Amino acid sequence: MNYDVAIVGAGIVGAACARTLALAGLRVVIIDRAIGGGATAAGMGHITVMDDSEAQFVLTRYSQSLWTQLSPQLPADVEFVTTGTLWVAADDEEMAAVQQKHSYYQARGVVTEVLDGNQVARCEPNLRPGFAGGLRVPGESVIYPPLAAVWLIKQALACSADVRLGVTVLHCENTTLHLSDGSAVTCGAIVHATGVGADALAPGVPIRPRKGHLVITDRYPGFARQQIVELGYLKSAHGSDRDSVAFNLQPRKTGQMLLGSSRQYDTTDPSIEPVMLRRMINRALEYMPSLRGLSAIRTWTGFRAATPDSLPLIGPTAKPGHFLATGHEGLGITTALGTADLIVSHLTGRPFAIAPEPYLPTRFARSASHG
Amino acid sequence: MADRISLTVDGQSYDVPDGCSVAAGVMQSTGLTFRQSVGGEARGPLCGMGVCFECRVTIDGEAHQRSCLLSCRDGMQVETGQQTASFAYASGSERRNVECDVLVVGAGPGGVSAAVSAAEQGRRVVLLDENAHIGGQIWRYDASAPTANPVDAWRTRLVDANVTITARAAIVAQPATNELLADVASGPVAIRYTKLILACGARERFLPFPGWTLPGVFGAGGLQALVKSGYDIANKKIVVAGTGPLLLAVGAYLCKRGADVTVLEQTPREKLLRFAASLAWRQPSKLWEAFWLQWHIGLFSYHPGCWVVRAEGAHQVHAVMVSDGQSTWSLACDALACGYGLVPNLELARLLGCAIDAGYVRVDATQQTSVPGVYAVGELTGIGGVDKALVEGQIAGWTAAGRHDLAADLTLARDTAENFVAALDETFSLRDELRLLPDKDTIVCRCEDVAYGPLQSHRDGREAKLQTRCGMGPCQGRICGPAVEFLFGWHNDSVRPPILPTTFAKLI
Ligand SMILES: Cc1cc2nc3c(=O)[nH]c(=O)nc-3n(C[C@H](O)[C@H](O)[C@H](O)COP(=O)(O)OP(=O)(O)OC[C@H]3O[C@@H](n4cnc5c(N)ncnc54)[C@H](O)[C@@H]3O)c2cc1C
Ligand SMILES: Cc1cc2nc3c(=O)[nH]c(=O)nc-3n(C[C@H](O)[C@H](O)[C@H](O)COP(=O)(O)OP(=O)(O)OC[C@H]3O[C@@H](n4cnc5c(N)ncnc54)[C@H](O)[C@@H]3O)c2cc1C
Ligand code: FES
Repeated sequence: MNYDVAIVGAGIVGAACARTLALAGLRVVIIDRAIGGGATAAGMGHITVMDDSEAQFVLTRYSQSLWTQLSPQLPADVEFVTTGTLWVAADDEEMAAVQQKHSYYQARGVVTEVLDGNQVARCEPNLRPGFAGGLRVPGESVIYPPLAAVWLIKQALACSADVRLGVTVLHCENTTLHLSDGSAVTCGAIVHATGVGADALAPGVPIRPRKGHLVITDRYPGFARQQIVELGYLKSAHGSDRDSVAFNLQPRKTGQMLLGSSRQYDTTDPSIEPVMLRRMINRALEYMPSLRGLSAIRTWTGFRAATPDSLPLIGPTAKPGHFLATGHEGLGITTALGTADLIVSHLTGRPFAIAPEPYLPTRFARSASHG
Repeated sequence: MADRISLTVDGQSYDVPDGCSVAAGVMQSTGLTFRQSVGGEARGPLCGMGVCFECRVTIDGEAHQRSCLLSCRDGMQVETGQQTASFAYASGSERRNVECDVLVVGAGPGGVSAAVSAAEQGRRVVLLDENAHIGGQIWRYDASAPTANPVDAWRTRLVDANVTITARAAIVAQPATNELLADVASGPVAIRYTKLILACGARERFLPFPGWTLPGVFGAGGLQALVKSGYDIANKKIVVAGTGPLLLAVGAYLCKRGADVTVLEQTPREKLLRFAASLAWRQPSKLWEAFWLQWHIGLFSYHPGCWVVRAEGAHQVHAVMVSDGQSTWSLACDALACGYGLVPNLELARLLGCAIDAGYVRVDATQQTSVPGVYAVGELTGIGGVDKALVEGQIAGWTAAGRHDLAADLTLARDTAENFVAALDETFSLRDELRLLPDKDTIVCRCEDVAYGPLQSHRDGREAKLQTRCGMGPCQGRICGPAVEFLFGWHNDSVRPPILPTTFAKLI
């Protein structure tokens, strides 16, 4: 047996698992075409706490605290910046949601501040005037995901993990992996950190690709100061199956503005769709009219790995020795570290830091029988 | 150019010639430094034709404007250095819609001849160009000699055939099938067409060497373009270096404008002699004949088999180190004009999904690309100069107008012109020594200040881009792409709309 664990996929999730497993003393190999080339190359890198469900809150909150602990060690090119998040409420209904979110977060120890319309305007002068108010979450951060993945893998390599790049895993036979270069890797356990591609090696995994568009601008330092997200997010079709857009703007450490976001099911075509792009930009201009004058230099798309209940799949499958670490939809940059922690506990028996049950793949009957 | 207008640069007002570009106006006023790179280096114009984004300044409050593409207006306010934090934008109009039978993108010889050919057959033709004047690179408008440009005769024909000419219009996206979005000064324009002719031309290839980011290091065609737009080089000592017939044309032009010129051609003397001899019988145009003549007339000193290994200077270039492979020596200069041949502007063809073969757009005998109804002419199909572009433009224009009969008569002329492409490629192929020029600190990606050293460990271009930011800046790899292709063999074929930086106002 060459390795204790083989991790398939070197996105942020696989990279985080590699580091944590290697630190725990296991012999690890991580296999992918390239580091951080999938959704990790496309995501916004907002490290944020979300409260769509209690389980989502627990995982995002725990993961965020791990990022904060790690931040002093991160090299400058990971671009970790604590920008804070501003949730913008357009009307009274959304203001009610602000109050709700505020009390939910307060009760769980997350510092938040309720802002009125004037305070929102002072906080982000380029927003249009006249918002009802907003919620500021000062402790949240932004990173550059591809280099975060590279750093996590370098940490694993320093604990004598191995990395095999330029290859893919074609199929698994028990716990032997057959690679595209004709070689095979035998190991004690396999972690599928294959993102949206999980289905190919673990048929039946309940994941649907959910496409997102992003646009980045030239450098305009100071145009926005924190990650700004509309609360209309909650009301819009973002929660449903239909195509939707929502205003989401992220100031990068470079001074660039990264604009999201769109959500679409039922497509795997990575091309930019002019109609979606226009919808997304128009939505942003409703919130921030002065974006009009900023130059967009690049657009791209990415695919989130969505599950039926919007929670990731983390833990053992029905197939002995096979573990999943995927299904993170729009939160995988945030939740990569918490995921890695859960995976270590599953593999080594180390006590769980948070309850693992809500994320177990076996909660879906179909995935339980994958073969 | 007797009239003078007033230009304010960084709060000081200057008199500049009416009709000059903003880049030329700034160079005449405050010098060669236009901006600070992301790593804090002083930078100035390089390409002179809207490709490199090094000439960006803030104009009347609008940041990130390419000054080489814009003409000075009386009272214009220009700020160099750091981009300001103000986000002024012209309120701009709504998207306008235009329809035509044939849309021609690019108004160099290929585009102009295509537009005339289609329009003279009764088609409604729209001809677009990003520049303020039609003519492309070779017939570029010359502010110091505005008359006697061969494009004038063509302009008459364009006007007579009712071609709609839209200058300062850049295609940025494809909103729908058979529709392209143009970023025009007056606002966004969506153009619907039945047939599309791409005549987007070429840009210069730049290769990194220590000091190439100093202000005062230009492209060869780049410096020529800047001089044509009003930059005065009289009595300046200029080294023209790199490769290709363009160096001679540029050398001759700069001499005519009063500069003291030395030309360094990396191609060995024997190869050049073979090429020159072959011109005697092939002779596709007077331009190439001039190649032979100029070498012998001795307007300027011409040194084959030499190349620049380093540019030196504190704030701008004042000398270059030159090598012939055996020894190196220093040449003092006020400017270096350095270009390593031409590379086609494939971005739009790629966006439309046209197949690319060995670096050029694949076309059939009628100039049609792999996308039905889309044609490509000129440098896009092979670097071959004005004669090839003219004949290909005619073939595409006539074919797009349904006159296959006329187009068929030109096949021979085109084949002659195309034979020349192979001879050029062979003669001016880049020597291996040029790969060894950058040291680990030499900047390769000028937009993002990515040096050669950090690139070396990467396995492919995509990985290098994601992990170093190489090619992520506003030029989107237009300058560093051909360089990393030469240095590392990486290809960058990922094109996304908008293919040029475009304000959100114009994308909606
Ligand atoms: C538009 C958009 C915006 C987002 N914004 C945010 C945000 O602000 N905050 C946040 O937390 N999250 C965000 N996300 C989500 C986040 O990007 C993803 O959840 C995260 O990157 C998932 O990481 P991963 O490692 O699971 O998947 P990936 O990064 O996709 O990695 C999976 C890897 O597996 C490899 N692989 C697959 N199959 C095989 C095989 N057979 N053999 C070998 N290798 C294989 C792939 O090559 C790939 O590299 C966003 C996503 C999108 C699309
Ligand atoms: C936070 C952030 C900031 C960014 N800032 C900029 C910026 O300022 N400027 C800029 O130009 N870009 C920026 N990027 C975008 C980045 O360079 C790419 O454009 C982005 O990764 C998406 O690439 P793409 O869709 O254009 O595909 P490309 O990068 O063009 O890749 C082409 C194709 O490669 C394939 N591919 C190759 N390897 C893999 C793999 N391992 N897994 C999956 N697919 C693979 C895919 O099929 C993909 O379609 C940024 C990205 C992030 C996350
Ligand atoms: S000099 Fe203006 S873009 Fe290159």
